[in-house]
Amino acid sequence: MDTNVLFIFILSVFVGFEVISKVPSMLHTPLMSGTNAIHGIILFGGILVLAGADSLLVQVLGFVAVVFGSANVFGGFMVTDRMLQMFRKKKSQ
Amino acid sequence: MSSPLALVFIGASVLFILGIKFLSSPKTARLGNLVAAGGMLVALLALHKPEGGSVWLSGWNTNFTLIIVGIIVGLGIGALGAYSVKMTAMPQMVALFNGLGGGAAALVGGLEFMHGTHGGLPAFIAGAMLFATLIGSLSFSGSAIAYLKLEGKFEKPFTFPGQNFVNGLILLAILTLCGWLTFNSTGSIAVAILAVVAVLALIFGVAMVMPIGGADMPVVISLLNSFTGLAVAADGFAINNLAMIVAGTLVGSSGTLLTLLMCKAMNRPVTNVLFGAFGSGSSAKGGG
Repeated sequence: MDTNVLFIFILSVFVGFEVISKVPSMLHTPLMSGTNAIHGIILFGGILVLAGADSLLVQVLGFVAVVFGSANVFGGFMVTDRMLQMFRKKKSQ
Repeated sequence: MSSPLALVFIGASVLFILGIKFLSSPKTARLGNLVAAGGMLVALLALHKPEGGSVWLSGWNTNFTLIIVGIIVGLGIGALGAYSVKMTAMPQMVALFNGLGGGAAALVGGLEFMHGTHGGLPAFIAGAMLFATLIGSLSFSGSAIAYLKLEGKFEKPFTFPGQNFVNGLILLAILTLCGWLTFNSTGSIAVAILAVVAVLALIFGVAMVMPIGGADMPVVISLLNSFTGLAVAADGFAINNLAMIVAGTLVGSSGTLLTLLMCKAMNRPVTNVLFGAFGSGSSAKGGG
């Protein structure tokens, strides 16, 4: 295995901890929603599996994975944006 | 990976980190979400197959059609969910999207493992795929239960005598089977056992969330969110995709910290939220 990948993994762990360490509690749910959208990157995995599919079973399940991942990533960013829109309105009142 | 492509993925990773960073401050939160979405779009357009060659320029065939249709269907489901949901029901929607992400992570891990059973897999790669299948399935069913609880279905903690023992037994079975599969990833027996692991993980996800009261669901969703992140990172290791490793790991670690911060905001230790219904017997209340 390429040890560089492990290096990147370990550094990402620390970055993830560090960047949100000062989040105020009113942003807990939007932050959860935003990071939820980011793991929608699993869509890439679905696309790559489906691109190399060589049987009906892999095509069907790969298709399901793409639909799930796509809903996760697009829906995730959209629902977060709606949440934060609501925030701004509340504050300006 | 060629260097221009590497630069694109470094750029996308920076956008993810900045996005999360901006999301954690009230003034920049909305921008942060857009920055992260921009990073995702850049990485998606630059997506290449493991053997090289852009996914988008590889020629039109059935699989490519399925990819495009799948993305559009998912986009439709996502938009419909995100814009039709009531303002008060946002956490439910996050739970649903998280569950779908977990399901996708499990399918990707499982299908890659299945593909690998033809010739056997290195233990590290097999382990990563199994981890993604197991955690992804658990997150899928757990999120479904969290969604139902927030919708007001069986809100109260569901406990029965010996629950800890039964859950422990399921977990032990899962880990044993995964341990065996890690080093024996060849043939149709491996595929059959993988299916058993996936089913057991689905059951474990339900068993894990059922004893927790409806009011604690945001914490549970946050935990499952970080689980899905780790499953995605594991899939990234399995198919050697750096963008997935970075994004998944960021979500996994920030999600873990966020879960702890949420518990802290409620003045309760995380163990109390997750296992509070156990041991307290009839005194356990719905919590809200």
